[in-house]
Formats: sequence, structure tokens, C-alpha cells
Amino acid sequence: MPIAIGLEGSANKLGVGVIQHSVTPPSPHDSAHSDDEVPFTSRRSKSPPVQILSNLRHTFHAPPGAGFLPKDTAAHHRRWAVRLVKQAMKQANVKVEDIDCICFTQGPGMGGPLSSVAIAARMLSQLWDKPLIGVNHCVGHIEMGRAITGADNPVVLYVSGGNTQVIAYSAQRYRIFGEALDIAIGNCLDRFARVLGIPNDPAPGYNIEQLAKTGKVLLELPYAVKGMDVSFSGILARVEEMAAKLGPGWTDPESGAQITKGDLCFTLQETVFAMLVEITERAMAHVGTAQVLIVGGVGCNIRLQDMMGLMASERGGSVFATDERFCIDNGIMIAQAGLMAHQMGFKTKLEESQCTQRFRTDEVLVNWRD
Amino acid sequence: MATETTSQRPLPAPFNNSTDSLTLITQGAEALLYKTTFLTPTTPAALKIRPSKPWRHPTLDKRLTRQRILAEARVLAKCKRDGVSVPAVLALDWENGWTVSEWIEGVTVKEALRKRNLEEGDSAVQSLMQRIGHAVGTLHSIGVIHGDLTSSNMMLRQDPTTHGTLDGDIVLIDFGLATQATQEEDRAVDLYVLERAFGSTHPREEALFGVVLEAYGGVYKGARATLRRLEDVRMRGRKKSMLG
Repeated sequence: MPIAIGLEGSANKLGVGVIQHSVTPPSPHDSAHSDDEVPFTSRRSKSPPVQILSNLRHTFHAPPGAGFLPKDTAAHHRRWAVRLVKQAMKQANVKVEDIDCICFTQGPGMGGPLSSVAIAARMLSQLWDKPLIGVNHCVGHIEMGRAITGADNPVVLYVSGGNTQVIAYSAQRYRIFGEALDIAIGNCLDRFARVLGIPNDPAPGYNIEQLAKTGKVLLELPYAVKGMDVSFSGILARVEEMAAKLGPGWTDPESGAQITKGDLCFTLQETVFAMLVEITERAMAHVGTAQVLIVGGVGCNIRLQDMMGLMASERGGSVFATDERFCIDNGIMIAQAGLMAHQMGFKTKLEESQCTQRFRTDEVLVNWRD
Repeated sequence: MATETTSQRPLPAPFNNSTDSLTLITQGAEALLYKTTFLTPTTPAALKIRPSKPWRHPTLDKRLTRQRILAEARVLAKCKRDGVSVPAVLALDWENGWTVSEWIEGVTVKEALRKRNLEEGDSAVQSLMQRIGHAVGTLHSIGVIHGDLTSSNMMLRQDPTTHGTLDGDIVLIDFGLATQATQEEDRAVDLYVLERAFGSTHPREEALFGVVLEAYGGVYKGARATLRRLEDVRMRGRKKSMLG
């Protein structure tokens, strides 16, 4: 029963997790030719049952009004890596001999934090004499989402602080159908939280979501869908201007009530989420599937999940989403994707284990799916 | 052939109490396209309905529907006025989200190419490619970008005598993503989308794509700069690899 440890640190979360696949899937040689005749079956694409032995995370929080800087975040990861690995191993109750591979995030992400974690992974690999598996962060999110929700072949909306992509699987690649042309959705929300000066703990997006529940007035923001792509920087600029206008002098012409921070958060969420649902729907119409899987930190947002659910049910399908344990960056998702690649015989040589800030989702050969 | 309307959602007025049968032609992410009649029972027309999206805030939904219906109608009106062959807009209602336009009798270029008689040789295809290049060139020369040029978004206006051939005037349809733009990049990307769509949908005819560009250059004065930009776009590729 293969066991993997995964290390994630592409942004401000350091995650370490241990995962176990309870059934050994057939070896690549067995399945490769037997499935040749029947393409598009789901026989082999079913993920093996997954057991999460431990899932630890430590987050670096910047003070309100500020973002996390690469240097400080990297230092945070260096400070916590060893402690977290020890604790994760202890909690999982596994010995070093039980571990089959060390998985780590090779990209995309912030350079400093990525390399801190890569160093920790290399060290473990050499210390314990275990193979190293470099994992694409986005593929990690997708594989974890599939494993947890059981969604077989969904259109994936990957929304986080650094990424905004609509992805569909085809011919052993996760193909990007649409994406943000400038800043990521999470970055847009985080930066707006900074403008409002609301806390970064537990997450700026979470605090925006709570404030948005108090909002009632929908103000007019730009709506920037370009084909399958979206753009958020203009929207952010506009809503920042609005934040500067907040005060007793600015009221809603209909109700006469003063415009609040809550109204701005509500307006921002309604606008940007509508854009995301629209491009997801377009991808679903193109691919002809009715399943959607939302992954990434912004995927925790209940309003986004609800909107997506309404859209999917109208198309006769459903939405799959996970909670903060799996949506927000974590170590087990890296372990999960890494273990799947490992079982297909993939290894990252030490001299090829440098991480990269730019690592596109469609660069990874997904040979563990049909 | 096409299915009778069985839409689970009621159609907007006045189509909800019409006694004529509405035939659903296609359903996209944005809109439903029906065949119906307009003013007289013998005038066929295309009805494009943009249903409201329940997950959008009603204010935002109304705003977007209005903007998109008006933008599409304005582009179509401009094309019609400036001599690009497109369906004429007959009526629209942005409150209820529908547009009625002229019904084009014929087939899409995609169907025509798929069903053509292969023994006819390349000259018919060449002539078709010329007409496509001419249509796109005229479109660009009036400052309109289609945004989704594929062989399914071009029709051949045909009558029963030309049915099954590649004859007929090119009519560009579905301006849902169209913009009025003057940048070289936009025109080049428009052509690139068409080239890619041809490559993936009609691999056999792909070799003749040069004819399209040649005819394009024949009508559009700024074609040289656009075609140079097209080279860049091709080199750069679309940064993503798309399906289809």
C-alpha cells in the first residue's frame, strides 16, 4: 500500500501531508494495452481509494493592509518545515521505511517560498533515500478535488490567489480553456481586502465573503469577459476608487442608506463570480459535460459554489466542491498527485528538481488517466 | 429533423402565446436559437433568446443582456449598412432578451464542406475560399472583428437548385462575440482563430487556406500589416492549447 508525503509551499501556506492509497492500481504495463480498444472509459480513471493519514498546515499571515512578501514567506517556511514534517509523520503514525516517495511543489508559485520547500524535499529525499517527485501545483489541486469528491471527468474551475483557470481533461493533459489575462481572482480579492484594511486572518477572501453577506446594494462595476478569458485588474481599480468614496456623503439613491464596505464586497463578489460562472458554462457547453469541480482557495467561497450549483443544475449536472481542508493549499494534494505519477514510474532527478515560478497546467503528462 | 420546442423554461412574450411552432435549432451557453416566422406566417425568421441566468444578480443580469443584445444588433446593423453580408435584424427586446433576424436559407460552410462531392475537385473549394476571404476582408475593412470566426459561423445562401454544392453567397452569422476595433492585433487574432478552426475541422481543405488570405488581401487595404501581424500571432501560438 503506497504511502507518500507531500510538501507544499508555493504561497503563504506551508502544508505537509501524508497520504495512502489503499488499493494498488494495476501496473502501467497491464493497463496500457488492455484499454487501447476502449477509449473514454472510466475504468482506469477512477482514482484509487485514498486515505489521508495527516494533513497539517501553517499559514504566514501578513498584518492587515499588507500582502505577504516572498522573503518573509520563505523565511516562515524554512522555520516551520522540519517541525511540520516531524509532526505530520508522527500524526500519520508511519515510519520512514513506510514512505514510498517525497512529493513537493515544483511550481507555479512564488520563487522564494517554492525554493525553501524544494530544499526541504531534497534534503528528505537524500536523508531517507527516497525518490523525489516534483508536482505541478494546479494538477495537485485537480487530483485532490477528484479524489475527494469522486467527480470523474469534470470541467475544473481552479481559482486561487495566484491562478484563475478553466480546465478540461483531454488526451492525457489538463487543457486550459480560459484563464485570467492579468491578475488572479484571489489576488483581486486579497488586494481589495488590503484597501479596506480588513484582517488577513484566517484569509482575506473569507473576510470579504462575511462582509458581503451584509451588503445589499449592487453597484456598477466593469464586466470583463473576453471570449473564454477574464480580466480583473480594471474591476479592482474601479472598486478601489469606490472604497475611497465611502462615507456619509455617499448613499444609495433608492433606499437612501449609506453605502457600506459590505455593499462593495457584495458588488465585487457578484460581479467577478458571475464572470467565472460564465466562462465555466462556456467550457461545459464546448466539452459537453455537466459536471463542474471547483478547486483552489477561492473555491471555499459558498456564494461561488451556490452560483455554480445553479448553473450546473440548469444544465442537468452538479457542482463538486470541497471545504477548506482540501481547497486551500495543502500537502496532501501534492502527495496525491505525486503518488499517482509515482505509480506510473515518474521520478524527478535531483539535478532536475529546481522549481519554477512558471509551470503551466498543460505541461504535465497526465498518464494516469485514460 | 429538428426537435419541436420542449424548452423547460417559458419563452418570453410575444413568443409564449404564439400558435406557430417554434423549432429549436441550436443551444449554446449564452443563447437558444429558434426558427420561427415574423409578421406574416410565410416569412421565416431566426429567433435568438438569451435566457436570464438565475445565478446572476438580477440587476447585473439585465444590464448584461441589454448590453449584449444592443452590441450585437449594432454590429449587425453596421455590417448591413456597409455592405457585409449578414442577417438583417428585424426586431429586438432587451428587456425580455430576444432578437429576431432574417432567416438565411442554406447551410453552414462546415456542413457544405463535409457533405461535398469529393470528385468535384479543388476548384469549387478554391472559389469558396475566395468568397470567405472576401467576406472577412470586407468585415475587417469596416472595422468589425467577428471574434469567433469558424466554418459553423458562416453560411452559404442556397436555394434548392444549388443544394449540395459549394455555391452561394457567404453570410456571416453569430456576432455574439463581435467588437468594433481598429487594432492590428484583433484582426490578426480573428484570422488566426479562423485558420485554427479550419485546420481542426477541415484538415483536407487546410492546404487551401492561403486562398482565403489572398482574397482577404484583395479587398482589405490594410491587409499587409494584418498578415504580417498574423505571422507573429502564429509564431507566438495561442499560449494555450485548445481543443477542437
